[in-house]
Amino acid sequence: MDGRTTIWMDVGHIDDIPHLRSRVVSMPGCDIAVFRTADDQVFALYDRCPHKAGKLSQGIVHGTSVTCPLHNWVIGLADGQAQEPDEGCVHRVPVRVREGRILLGVGQPSGVAA
Amino acid sequence: MNMIAPKRSRLVLVGNGMAGVRAVEEILARAPQTFQITVFGAEPHGNYNRIMLSPVLAGEKTFEAITTHPRSWYEENEIELIAGEPVVTIDRAAKTVTGALGTTRPYDVLILATGSNPIIIPVPGHRLPGVIGFRDIADVGTMLAVAKTHRKAIVIGGGLLGLEAANGLLRNGMDVTVLHLMPTLMERQLDPVSAGLLKAELEGRGMRILTEANTAAIHGADRVGAVELKDGTRLDADLVVMSAGIRPNIALAKDAGLACNRGIQVDDGMRTSDPAVFAVGECIEHRGAVFGLVAPLWDMAKVLADRITGTAETDYVPAITGTRLKVTGVDMFSAGDFMGDDTTEDIVFRDARRGVHKKLVVRDDKLVGCVLYGAAADGSWYFDMIRNGTDVGAIRDTMVFGPSIAPGAPAGVETLPDTAEICGCNGVSKGTILAAIDKHKLTTLDQVRGRTKASSSCGSCTCQVEALLGLALGGDYKAAPKVKPVCKCTGVGHGELRKAIVARQLKTIPAVMQAMGWTTPDGCASCRPALNYYLLCAWPGEYVDASASRFVNERMHANIQKDGTYSVVPRMWGGTTTAAELRAIADVVDKFQIPSVKVTGGQRIDLLGVKKDDLPAVWKDLNAAGMVSGHAYGKALRTVKTCVGSEWCRFGTQDSTGMGVALEKMTWGSWTPHKTKMAVSGCPRNCAEATIKDFGVVATEAGWDLHVGGNGGIKVRVTDLLAKVTTGEEVLEYAGAFMQFYREDAWYLERTAPWIERVGIETVRETLADPATRKALHERFLYSQRFSQDDPWTDRAQGAEAHEFKPLAEVS
Repeated sequence: MDGRTTIWMDVGHIDDIPHLRSRVVSMPGCDIAVFRTADDQVFALYDRCPHKAGKLSQGIVHGTSVTCPLHNWVIGLADGQAQEPDEGCVHRVPVRVREGRILLGVGQPSGVAA
Repeated sequence: MNMIAPKRSRLVLVGNGMAGVRAVEEILARAPQTFQITVFGAEPHGNYNRIMLSPVLAGEKTFEAITTHPRSWYEENEIELIAGEPVVTIDRAAKTVTGALGTTRPYDVLILATGSNPIIIPVPGHRLPGVIGFRDIADVGTMLAVAKTHRKAIVIGGGLLGLEAANGLLRNGMDVTVLHLMPTLMERQLDPVSAGLLKAELEGRGMRILTEANTAAIHGADRVGAVELKDGTRLDADLVVMSAGIRPNIALAKDAGLACNRGIQVDDGMRTSDPAVFAVGECIEHRGAVFGLVAPLWDMAKVLADRITGTAETDYVPAITGTRLKVTGVDMFSAGDFMGDDTTEDIVFRDARRGVHKKLVVRDDKLVGCVLYGAAADGSWYFDMIRNGTDVGAIRDTMVFGPSIAPGAPAGVETLPDTAEICGCNGVSKGTILAAIDKHKLTTLDQVRGRTKASSSCGSCTCQVEALLGLALGGDYKAAPKVKPVCKCTGVGHGELRKAIVARQLKTIPAVMQAMGWTTPDGCASCRPALNYYLLCAWPGEYVDASASRFVNERMHANIQKDGTYSVVPRMWGGTTTAAELRAIADVVDKFQIPSVKVTGGQRIDLLGVKKDDLPAVWKDLNAAGMVSGHAYGKALRTVKTCVGSEWCRFGTQDSTGMGVALEKMTWGSWTPHKTKMAVSGCPRNCAEATIKDFGVVATEAGWDLHVGGNGGIKVRVTDLLAKVTTGEEVLEYAGAFMQFYREDAWYLERTAPWIERVGIETVRETLADPATRKALHERFLYSQRFSQDDPWTDRAQGAEAHEFKPLAEVS
């Protein structure tokens, strides 16, 4: 198995995240914010706004976007792109939902503790 | 000498609707004091503008606003109004009419204006309760009542009226499906392209539209439950609105032996087969045609009045009519032969991105029809050319761009002739408006509305009426300021939104968004916190706070800092503390290694740099020492700052600290449109800086001066004096009442300073000066406080909302 193989890591159940909210998977380096929309889509982004590193996990989720709590940048959850006129991009993390379990795609195997 | 007044002719009008009353108005204008007039109406009120029922259903207008002739109008014109009693018989030999309750009136001249009835398609089940038409204010009442308790509505008929009904039901929070028999919507007014744009627009608002849908049956036991289509599709329904057209109401005329076909037959002078009986409006048939739009009624009323008063021998000549759809946000106009044929040519303009489609139909250099969708402001210019048969050869190249193709130029009312119709709803021409402005020295839109009725109905001609005011008055005319919408998700402003939430009993964020036509599925970071606040304020104890619609600080009950840590401020009543509290704070700082401790401007202690995961444990320790949340993070009552007052200070006149503590005990925990700060100074030296606070109290020898609307911040504003009072109870009552007035009236994120600048300090003073109003506001404030004075830290320290503080998972 080479380092680029995606490992799908179970981080919790979709119902652990309320609708239109986000929770964090804490990781060494940078936390990952996992978002749940009103229609149960799940997205994952690094928890750092491209502007001043605000915690996107603490923003207001609307549609498939999140508004950063620090300076109201609006970030697309699907593409990580800041909405015009702002410019910037947040690193996306692959995510799947299987039978209600949220699986994050990470580069290498890691231990998980809930 | 004996003066005997000449006996007046007796005129009876049957049908107190738009056509009949307009006919009476035209008669009074030509021959005042000539007739002794009686009006019979089946509905129990004065006359109202029936074409404005859709905006009433949509919650954009009230019934009062569409009432054109209140009872006082009848009294002023010495007209006997018999409302709520339909006429059941006409005795043409005796020349009398008799109502359902037995009221009989003789006539010399009789006018029938019995209008039309909605066509109820006679499918099985059409008589079930819950199946209605859309014709009068009672139907609107039924729909509004059903919308409060039921979810699913089906509108049969995707014509003008059906779509207006569907839109209104949608805005009342119902789940709406439109069934339309034809392949495209409003096929009598729209070409397929604009019908497609309209369908997409309405579907985008959440309406479901099925075309080529043929209703087979309506099912239900004691009331409607479902609609079945011919293809077997079955749709659940709590309400079915039939809007499949109208049929002239001829029953009375037919019983009286008047010549009727589809409608009551009239000649060019609006006279029926009995020379003493006239008919007008949607009940008539003229040269084989029946009518369903408002504009022809105005022309008929004029002809009828000319004939009855003997003013002129005019004839009714059917004119081309134009149509607009009264659905807010949909801008459309169509007139004339908009489909065209082999002998016509089309000029088409399309801008798909803006959703604009304009089609002009030309025959032999004359405009014969048009459809405008998405940009209909020039409708009356085209309509005028169609009606007048204007030769358009010279402007053919450019006319699709409107009367004035220069960028930024006004819609061009100055280019219209005086005969051009500005207000289609009330049939008011440019010349009439300009003459009224000149003659009556009108200077505002409302005055023009009152005097001419132009723009008083659907309002789509408002900007043209304003342009005419501008034209007539030059620089003296100032247009009413445009309302700024709450955010990009809606066109509705804060004031209208707050009113609608209360008036229409909207109690959840999705209900507001649906009723008010939000364009986004779940709003944005601007509107959601505003809605959450408005609902919380409107429905205390009932509304459940939506934490997903709170800013992070109000959700976390702490202030997020730029590094993602939080600051924690415990409440210190009136700025007072004790050794025990200070010791507990010191212990918390040590235990959780809180990097920074600072005294705030509001006389509190701020613990900065607390890690999110530590928050519940920090609060637990602070709670244990008797301290609760200071709400330093909220659009809420923040702090009451005090000076030491008469207890210690040699200048102090009153116990300002005690008063500050009492104020804070009463107001803590309350959510407000923006942060709210108070202060109490013990003497006019004002050490607590009370005159730059939202609510400031300054003690005097005689009592207390109450000041409001101050703030520091970017733009410093000194308070206005609200009142001078003598007792502590009065201070508390004024404070609670002021808070509640601000809570109920201001816009979200509007501090008291800009709020007072907007509404005027006089309004605030007058409102609070009235003892009954003040008491009621204060009581509403105290009621609301019953649900908001729980310490949010206690719950969370005990494990509530744990998901806010703990990560979903930890990866090492």
